[in-house]
Amino acid sequence: MSDAHFTYVLRLGDNALVLGQRLSEWCGHSPFLEEDIAMANTALDLIGRARMLYSHAGRLEGRGRDEDALAYLRDEREFGNFLMCELPNGDYGFTLVRQYLLDVYHRHLYAALTESRDDELAAIAAKAVKEAAYHARRSGDWVLRLGDGTAESNARCQAALDELWGYTAELFTPDAVDSAMLEAGVAPDLATLRTRWEADVLARLAEAGLTVPADDWQAEGGRAGRHTEHMGRLLAELQFVQRAYPGQQW
Amino acid sequence: MATPAPHDEQARFDAVIAADEKIEPRDWMPEKYRRNLVRQISQHAHSEVVGQLPEGNWITRAPSLRRKAILLAKVQDEAGHGLYLYSAAETLGTSREEMLDDLLEGRAKYASIFNYPTLSWADVGAIGWLVDGAAIVNQISLCRTSYGPYARAMVRICKEESFHQRQGYEIMQTLAQGSPEQQAMAQDALDRWWWPTLMMFGPHDADSAHTQQSMQWKIKRQSNDELRQKFVDQTVEQAARIGLTIPDPELRWNEARGHYDFGEIDWDEFQRVLGGNGPCNRSRMRDRRRAHEDGAWVREAMLAHAEKHNRRAAGAAA
Repeated sequence: MSDAHFTYVLRLGDNALVLGQRLSEWCGHSPFLEEDIAMANTALDLIGRARMLYSHAGRLEGRGRDEDALAYLRDEREFGNFLMCELPNGDYGFTLVRQYLLDVYHRHLYAALTESRDDELAAIAAKAVKEAAYHARRSGDWVLRLGDGTAESNARCQAALDELWGYTAELFTPDAVDSAMLEAGVAPDLATLRTRWEADVLARLAEAGLTVPADDWQAEGGRAGRHTEHMGRLLAELQFVQRAYPGQQW
Repeated sequence: MATPAPHDEQARFDAVIAADEKIEPRDWMPEKYRRNLVRQISQHAHSEVVGQLPEGNWITRAPSLRRKAILLAKVQDEAGHGLYLYSAAETLGTSREEMLDDLLEGRAKYASIFNYPTLSWADVGAIGWLVDGAAIVNQISLCRTSYGPYARAMVRICKEESFHQRQGYEIMQTLAQGSPEQQAMAQDALDRWWWPTLMMFGPHDADSAHTQQSMQWKIKRQSNDELRQKFVDQTVEQAARIGLTIPDPELRWNEARGHYDFGEIDWDEFQRVLGGNGPCNRSRMRDRRRAHEDGAWVREAMLAHAEKHNRRAAGAAA
């Protein structure tokens, strides 16, 4: 195993944890009760995915770090999630448009990862792809409902898309870790992934009456640990108990 | 066929109650029985919904990923209980919207216990162990309630609540066996949640506005004081097993009664919190109203889309 292999799996875990953390903030605050349940359910799937990926990453690393050491005892610069995952939830439209962009990404990513030469990762992917397919169906339905619904809901979703689109570039920009893992047969080709993602996303956005923004603003750096200013606060909250009372069982 | 005279309906209703059988949604029932049930079931549903907030306060800070996952699953169950209970109440002819309006406009109550704040991770343990433990004592009794849909919802809810109670107790047990700081955290949570939990069973039987009628109709099967005693008896032993001290100097085993004697609840505090002056009454209701108001555009969009979709489908078919 290589450092790149560990980093690759770890970053997948970071995406799942950070997005799951954000979704769990909706608990008790959603537009209606069924959505409280759906949000908690999706967050739970993502936390479960993070646990499997972190445990696997910890074993790959071989330094005795378990899922909690990786989630709770790393600092901001050591997290490699996409910036999009850490952005504050905004309104329900923002949360669901983001969710849709990432759910479709994860559906195609984990479908490809079921073929990974890393057997353990392929097994995790086999579970994750089923959940991601369900998540994408749900968030895709919401994008359609809200984009097509009222003038207000369309405007809110368009504003969300305008804000989020610039964060999608880093989903498909390979760095040295991605390239090494592609070569090792662990990870899929991001260019192929992009083609599949765009085919789904562009069709759904058009159907929902939403327009991909024309400007070329892009933000990236999440995977290199260069985060938005929101990330530190997210981690402060997530890690507080472990940091305040180190070395305890909970 | 002639419509049966009301006294025949009343006689049939009384016979069903006397025989310990269930009243079902289409059966005739006295208007007061119906209103009493709507009040009780909707209050119970509202409690599940508002109850998401104090525990939700710790989901983002849960101290391990395993605990975070369990807590998310638990809070999701609570919201699900809210759904079954609203559905059970809807069978009595009151819509979820009406019940929700009653909550948001302050006409309906929810369990006062959720007007206390969750201040440490141990509070999540204390809520599972004590609050869900008290809820189970009450709900096991309600599995035999006379209204069929409510009784059936309770059977399902009780199964999940017992998992919640165990996870809460396990949190407390882990803390009680942990560092001195963790032990202090667990004891502090027990100190703060004990008395409000005993208040969950309501006023003494003699002072309870609804108990007597509800017992006659077999909506309630055991009185407030009986249920409270049952909870105290089982919980004292659970606390002792993990080395925590129940904050009641008058607590002692009474050989003659075969039960624990315990001190008097602070009924002024009970009335104060019930009347809206608990530490979190305002913030809980503000959070619920805000969620409802902030979600209005989402609900409107959903309906607008459904209408457009139906129109388009009708247009395509024509």
